[in-house]
Amino acid sequence: MTNFIWLAIAFPLVGVVVNGIFGRKLGRAANGWIAVGTVAAAFVVGVLSFLQVPSLPEHAQIVPLWRWITIGDFEVYLSLLVDPLSMLMTLVVTGVGLLIHIYAIGYMDHDKDVARFFTYLNLFIASMLILVLSDNFLGLYVGWELVGACSYLLIGFWFYKDSAADAGKKAFIVNRVGDFGFALGVFLIWTTFGTLQYTNVFEAAGDKPVAVITAITALLFVGAIGKSAQLPLYVWLPDAMEGPTPVSALIHAATMVTAGVYMIARSNVLYALAPQTSTIVAVVGGVTALFAATIALVQFDLKRVMAYSTISQLGYMVMAVGVGAYASGIFHLVTHAFFKALLFMAAGSVMHAAHDVIDMRRLGGLKAKMPITYWTFVVGGLALAGFPLTAGFFSKDEILAKTFEANIWLYAIGVFTALLTAFYTFRAIFMTFHGKPKDAEVYEHIHENKPVMTVPLVILAGLSIFGGLLGLPGGLGLPNWLDGWLEPVFELKNMFVPAEAVHTGVGTEVGLMALSSTLVILGIVAAWWVYLRKPQIAEKTAQSFAAGYKLLANKYYVDEIYDALFVNPARGLGVFFAKVVDMGVIDMVLVDGTAKSVGYFGRVMSRWQTGYIRNYVVSIFVGAIVIGAYFFLR
Amino acid sequence: MTAIEIPALNFAALLPLFIVVGTGLLVVVLDLFIADKKSLGWLSLFGVILAAIVGNMQQGGAGFDPAFQNVSLLDGYANFFNIIFLSTAALSILVALGYLGRVGLHRGEYYALLLFATSGMMAMGMATDLMVVFIGLETMSIALYVMSALNRHSRPSGEAGIKYFLMGSFASAFLLYGMALTYGATGSTNFSDIGSVLTAGTVAPMAMLGLGLLLVGFAFKVAAVPFQWWTPDVYHGAPTAVTTFMSVGAKAAGFATLMRLLMVSFPAFAVDWQLAIAVLAVLTMTLGNVAALAQKDVKRMLAYSSIAHAGYILVGVAAATTEGIKSVLFYLLIYAFMNIGAFAVVGVLEQKEAIGTKLTEYAGLARKNPWLAMVMALFLFSLTGFPPLAGFWGKLYIFRAAVNADLTWLAVVAVINSGVAAFYYLSVIVQMYMKPAADDAPEILPSTPATRIALAVAGLAVVLIGILPASLVDMVAKGVFG
Amino acid sequence: MVPTPYYLLLAAVLFAIGAGGVMLRRNTLVILMCVELMMNAVNLTFVAFSHELNDMTGQVFVFMIMTVAAVEAAIGLAILVELYRLTRSVNIDEFNSLKG
Repeated sequence: MTNFIWLAIAFPLVGVVVNGIFGRKLGRAANGWIAVGTVAAAFVVGVLSFLQVPSLPEHAQIVPLWRWITIGDFEVYLSLLVDPLSMLMTLVVTGVGLLIHIYAIGYMDHDKDVARFFTYLNLFIASMLILVLSDNFLGLYVGWELVGACSYLLIGFWFYKDSAADAGKKAFIVNRVGDFGFALGVFLIWTTFGTLQYTNVFEAAGDKPVAVITAITALLFVGAIGKSAQLPLYVWLPDAMEGPTPVSALIHAATMVTAGVYMIARSNVLYALAPQTSTIVAVVGGVTALFAATIALVQFDLKRVMAYSTISQLGYMVMAVGVGAYASGIFHLVTHAFFKALLFMAAGSVMHAAHDVIDMRRLGGLKAKMPITYWTFVVGGLALAGFPLTAGFFSKDEILAKTFEANIWLYAIGVFTALLTAFYTFRAIFMTFHGKPKDAEVYEHIHENKPVMTVPLVILAGLSIFGGLLGLPGGLGLPNWLDGWLEPVFELKNMFVPAEAVHTGVGTEVGLMALSSTLVILGIVAAWWVYLRKPQIAEKTAQSFAAGYKLLANKYYVDEIYDALFVNPARGLGVFFAKVVDMGVIDMVLVDGTAKSVGYFGRVMSRWQTGYIRNYVVSIFVGAIVIGAYFFLR
Repeated sequence: MTAIEIPALNFAALLPLFIVVGTGLLVVVLDLFIADKKSLGWLSLFGVILAAIVGNMQQGGAGFDPAFQNVSLLDGYANFFNIIFLSTAALSILVALGYLGRVGLHRGEYYALLLFATSGMMAMGMATDLMVVFIGLETMSIALYVMSALNRHSRPSGEAGIKYFLMGSFASAFLLYGMALTYGATGSTNFSDIGSVLTAGTVAPMAMLGLGLLLVGFAFKVAAVPFQWWTPDVYHGAPTAVTTFMSVGAKAAGFATLMRLLMVSFPAFAVDWQLAIAVLAVLTMTLGNVAALAQKDVKRMLAYSSIAHAGYILVGVAAATTEGIKSVLFYLLIYAFMNIGAFAVVGVLEQKEAIGTKLTEYAGLARKNPWLAMVMALFLFSLTGFPPLAGFWGKLYIFRAAVNADLTWLAVVAVINSGVAAFYYLSVIVQMYMKPAADDAPEILPSTPATRIALAVAGLAVVLIGILPASLVDMVAKGVFG
Repeated sequence: MVPTPYYLLLAAVLFAIGAGGVMLRRNTLVILMCVELMMNAVNLTFVAFSHELNDMTGQVFVFMIMTVAAVEAAIGLAILVELYRLTRSVNIDEFNSLKG
């Protein structure tokens, strides 16, 4: 079956073609089930191939498709890579994708443009599979750009809403900054190694100067910062919630945003050779985790809470791969895909029932009316908070344990963030589902959703509970299946983690677990106390720490700062600015300003186009004289 | 008395050309008897396709030998350009079949003129003698002058015709003067003879001046700055079907001759003309792109964009290497598909009296006609150079040729330019997909099957070359002369 | 016998006069004539070189140019007549509705 792994990409593409061309004629129901069917077929292909991986020689197989391009002696064969990591990602993408597709049938049942929606969604699945299945950096880059384009299309799906169109534009522009770095990184790999094939690059990496590897990894990481929404380029992700909720669940929580983590894990050989970059990666991840969690504390939009929580959790993953715990990062990626997709879809379920009301200050008391949504949301919340024995608990603790070995300060940040996570998650649960209904009119209309939406929730809830079995803590002598599974890919993972700092003892491991479990429970209890027991506390705290509260509520004014720093001067200074500021990097942030200033030149030149033949002829004559003189005098 | 010796002319080499000219003459005659001008269009299409098939079958055979006392040569290079010209002609005929009827211009001479212009282009691609260059160039140009002025009731069309004609003849005079000086300095009008004289001898200022003036003439034809002024006005004023044809065909023909001339006759002065062409390339790209930003009319914007593309292609010419030639061939074929495609969409949306070409009139197209919007987006993304569409590879090969020829600075300028270009291409896409249509927006008339075939072929080519560029690269490798 | 450079110089002067006329005159008909003048300057150059080199190619070329120039003149006048019908003018500066 591994030879036919390309079918996993082909099936969703068939869906794209069918829905894209005949979508409107086929009717709404057909649109959805065609999309679901193709993703299900891709999932089956994925499962069958997955099962064969252990029997492959060296657990990997390159499946050549065709010769793609030739430039001089540089040849790129379009081929796919079947190995433990790519297959695991394929399962996550198609599996979670399948559930979200099913859910989307219910969620989008009132929308007038279902065909277009499922066309984009299938296109996204195909693009994401190109990204994870490619066996070279060029394919990775192509997939990287394609998922970006799909994300842009889907954020702006309701383009007639200004906010959606703006959010789409913002995501596009911010991601361009990252992609620019990524493209440079790929280019540097090419010039350094003369090839883009993973295997060739990784084999030759040891012979290259560390400085070059550091530069490559740093540039690639710039791409990851953009795509995986890390500081300072995370600003697009919260706005991306303007898209339909299934999109938020699939693209902006479960799959696309984890592409950066996947890329670093895939390039682990390079990152292991570049300790400086790895340090930066770890620090950026840790700081992002904390930073985003603090903002999530005070948001009132349920989807935005989840968005900031996604950024924070991505921070954990990035921190993990930064300290060299690649398998742990991937583990958390998988469990996060389960519980965050679940949380988003449950939030969407609320939104669907409440007719697009998503402000938690207008909800409350939904527990009785939407039992399935409520209980699945709680399961997801527990997993997100890292409540003992849920999936999130094992994956997060593995990261924390590995971080503890690497750097105590990062560990401290991680643990504190875990406390915050528990608090904001249950704040959201209590505000939405408990207490008294705050808006009678909204409450009146709320009802549980159809099975097509709730069944995927239940399945994901099961995965959120039991997903942890994939990677039980090896430090306690329990079998860590995932570590073993991914071992062929991460053989070199310990190159940079110093040898002395081998595994912490069982005692330490248990201690760490106990500490984080305590903090998690503490966070949940605190949320209960503040938001259910004594709601006035929340108000009071907000008042007594008005300055801090305002800072958080306004998300550290980052958007405003970026506006003030980049966007507005760009508009104002126009011509001058475009020349001074580095054309490459900031150019993209400055999109508006540059466009205007260049547009100014354009109008000037346009004015030279006078329409008089006389003037044109003079220009030809002068040009002829200049060229003639140049050649005559040579 | 000696018998008259008939020299070996090798008519076989010109067979594709004869087929095109013959079809053109046939169209002229049949035009008198046939009222349904559409059938003339299909006849022309048949002739064009036949010529392409015959030309390809001849490859490697007798056609390879020089013909008519060494004045023309159907080698791989000429054959590749024939493919470009004939594809351009075929697609333009399909576009015209729909467009001309809609704007009330359906006349038989259009197809005859198009075929004659195509034959001129083919002659330019095959020419190895300045005289043939001149005849081919004028055959093409004169047909194009008339085609620009085809709409006799439209002032813009007439104006486009007179502008193109006056400036074209003016530039032709410079070109001729250049030919005369080159002839005077070398004693020959044959490409390779000129080359061997110049390589052997000391540098003659007169030959240099001749080269300069030849360059002026070709720079005019390919619309390089500062000889580009006619382009926006003529492309804008001429009927869209004509613009579609000449924006690709005339440009490709200019490059066909220019490259062969420079590489065969003037390799001795390579350093000098490389710099000149590089400077022209920078000016052309930059002005084309920047001026396109300010346009409010899509047809005019595409005219400026075609100037910018001439600039990119000049980058490949400036490389002055085999790789550079290959990259130009590769780019021109891709450019033919994506540019014709974009203009064809403009033609579909255009109504009488030039309504329907303004940027704002593209608003909401994605809702009104998702198919049309999709192919337009495809062509525009390809023109921008978005991977993995064909245009991306075209740019990549050209830039790489420049880098390998130690013209990294030029490649950098070109990359920055393609970044600027993204703004105006994307602005059309934004209009189509993100803006609601105005209430008083003109209704879109349904496109004809012929137009749909043209759009489908061009769209498929853009996508397929994007996914499978390797096969085209192999094909290009055969298209290098000498 | 007049030396060849004299012919060449005369041709250059004629070419310059023609070019100057194209740039300066208003009447499109006169501009057409000026273009013809430029072409003929080139013809003179060709003939002079042909004589100098004792080679017939240049003179054959002149015939080609003369033929093409005749065709060009015919086409140019035809376009101008059509345009005159629409604008009632042969003043070149009136033909500037296309610009920007």
